[in-house]
Amino acid sequence: MNAPVSPTERPNDWSAYPDAKGRFGGYGGLYVAETLMPLVLELDRAYTEAKNDPAFQKELRGYLTHYVGRPSPLYFAERLSKHLGGAKIYFKREELNHTGAHKINNCMGQILLAQRMGKTRIIAETGAGQHGVASATVTARFGLPCVVYMGAVDVARQKPNVFRMNLLGAEVRPVTSGAATLKDAMNEAMRDWVTNVADTYYMIGTAAGPHPYPAMVRDFQAVIGSETREQIQELEGRLPDAVVACVGGGSNAIGMFHPFLADESVKIYGVEASGHGLDTDKHAASLTGGRPGVLHGNKTYLLQDDDGQILDAHSISAGLDYPGIGPEHSFLHDIGRAQYLTCTDDEALKAFQLCAELEGIIPALESAHALAKLPQLAKEIGEGGVIVLCLSGRGDKDIFTVADALGRTI
Amino acid sequence: MGELMSYRDGTRLERAFQRENDHRALFVAYIMAGDPDLETSFELLTGLAEHADVIELGMPFSDPMAEGPTIQLASQRSLAAGTKMRDVLGIVRRFRETNTVTPIVLMGYLNPVLSYGFESFANDASDAGADGVIIVDCPPEEADALTDALEAAKMNLIRLATPTTDDARLPAVVKRTSGFIYYVSVAGVTGVLEADADAVRGPVERLRAASGLPVAVGFGIKTPERAAEVARVADGVVVGSALVDEIASAAKLNENVTQKVLSKASELAKAVRSARVGTA
Repeated sequence: MNAPVSPTERPNDWSAYPDAKGRFGGYGGLYVAETLMPLVLELDRAYTEAKNDPAFQKELRGYLTHYVGRPSPLYFAERLSKHLGGAKIYFKREELNHTGAHKINNCMGQILLAQRMGKTRIIAETGAGQHGVASATVTARFGLPCVVYMGAVDVARQKPNVFRMNLLGAEVRPVTSGAATLKDAMNEAMRDWVTNVADTYYMIGTAAGPHPYPAMVRDFQAVIGSETREQIQELEGRLPDAVVACVGGGSNAIGMFHPFLADESVKIYGVEASGHGLDTDKHAASLTGGRPGVLHGNKTYLLQDDDGQILDAHSISAGLDYPGIGPEHSFLHDIGRAQYLTCTDDEALKAFQLCAELEGIIPALESAHALAKLPQLAKEIGEGGVIVLCLSGRGDKDIFTVADALGRTI
Repeated sequence: MGELMSYRDGTRLERAFQRENDHRALFVAYIMAGDPDLETSFELLTGLAEHADVIELGMPFSDPMAEGPTIQLASQRSLAAGTKMRDVLGIVRRFRETNTVTPIVLMGYLNPVLSYGFESFANDASDAGADGVIIVDCPPEEADALTDALEAAKMNLIRLATPTTDDARLPAVVKRTSGFIYYVSVAGVTGVLEADADAVRGPVERLRAASGLPVAVGFGIKTPERAAEVARVADGVVVGSALVDEIASAAKLNENVTQKVLSKASELAKAVRSARVGTA
């Protein structure tokens, strides 16, 4: 764990980040090829306008309520809490959203923005397929063509989601370059964007990429933390002692964390995927096992070799299988406002099963990484304490992977 | 033009453009360092100097986001062969033992350079005999620290301008750039779409006027015919994927890589050099 940093070293106003250059401390920024520069600058202007336009916000709220199904419940996981013995555990039920994950919060915001900008074609990248499904869903709803880039390895291990995207009318393009996972899908999406600059909107699925994406995706996902803040005060009459979420690119996590950043009493925990273990070369823990660098438009912690070549990440969870992380997490990590733990494939598998058995909820393997740290955190926070976990997605998509890992055939 | 960088006596790159540019465009040839292996790319470098006026030497990167399939694969071949940044500088150094005239521009992505350290990179690259640097994913907004380091080492920083570079951005793009401006003739990745020489004329003139620098055009030039057309309007013609394609196909067919690439380079060089005869 990181040494705590005294509050005086921290910003007074968390909403001041990113700055005008898209930086969170030393992270973030705008590292794209010149062809894309005018586009990301235009996106920044359009997003700033939309954000400050009450009509846009009202329209977004309407869709979040009636289409996505918000607010998502805050649920007291009573049996799990009892089983672990310690703090009370609540789940923020993002898996109950339409399409089964938090990803749609962001897609709904971005599709409204894309329309406002007059874009007529949507591209997206996806790892586990949750963001791809959410993108395909909103593009179906608004009648726009959608191309989803997905690593060929992920296409193979997430077949149900590929089929869902096809049903929703999206074209899924398997990407075979590199390790054929999320990072390569993102490269390919950027290559598409640079080739189709006039009509295409790039719907990035996580709080990473060139400015304004990290800030914009965070803002659209911050509905998670804002609702949690209200709900927990209704249920417990106070703020939680800790919030916890899994971190790949980190969009569900930053959405949960951001509304609590100024509440120093609330401890913040992100959980990175350590795959086969941090001492192996098969993990996806960018903060814990990486160092700062530049990839996909932003400066952030990356898994890379001594020569600055990006390494392939590994996680049993396709959604966490990414060698980078959103730049705001890098910032929160460095200043110590959030602590980042790690969870192996095996730990996640155990937590996946425990949650299903005790709470009747099959969590996404991504969310299972956060669940796996609850025994430790429930003890640390202790009896009388309150922890909120972001249950970012449901696990139906993962049953084949889990069955495979457990040596069973479906 | 107070913003315009120029070193006293000019760099090797600046001198190359001054030397030839009155009567013809320069032929700029691109290969990836370490593709298919370091020794072959060193031979190519030496051989290319017989035909090319400027050589762009690619520095391999695991995630080359602006490249089409041809150069992506070149990057993968190079990394698979174990090429490191020091090896790239190493072949430049060896090249300079016999060639002190042909400018070499290193082209790549930011992270390996950041990882090397801007100052160390600028010093080592300059010391090895490289003349300029192009970093695809480092727009002017993020380039100050790198530019400081390159200027201190008297290296040219060549910036890309594209069809999407509008009037509002143009001053930022040409500021602190030197040597030449690289005009990306198509909105897209390398080696896929074809450049249109007529469509390139206007942007080239606009960039020349805004920067006072020579303008080389690349990203969609594959044939001698197209190279000749572009040579009539631009100060330099960059060919990359078409040469790299020769490396890939020769390696696949077990043919002599160097021979194939150099024969292609020779055709392209002739096309560029003869393009303006009778039109001046």
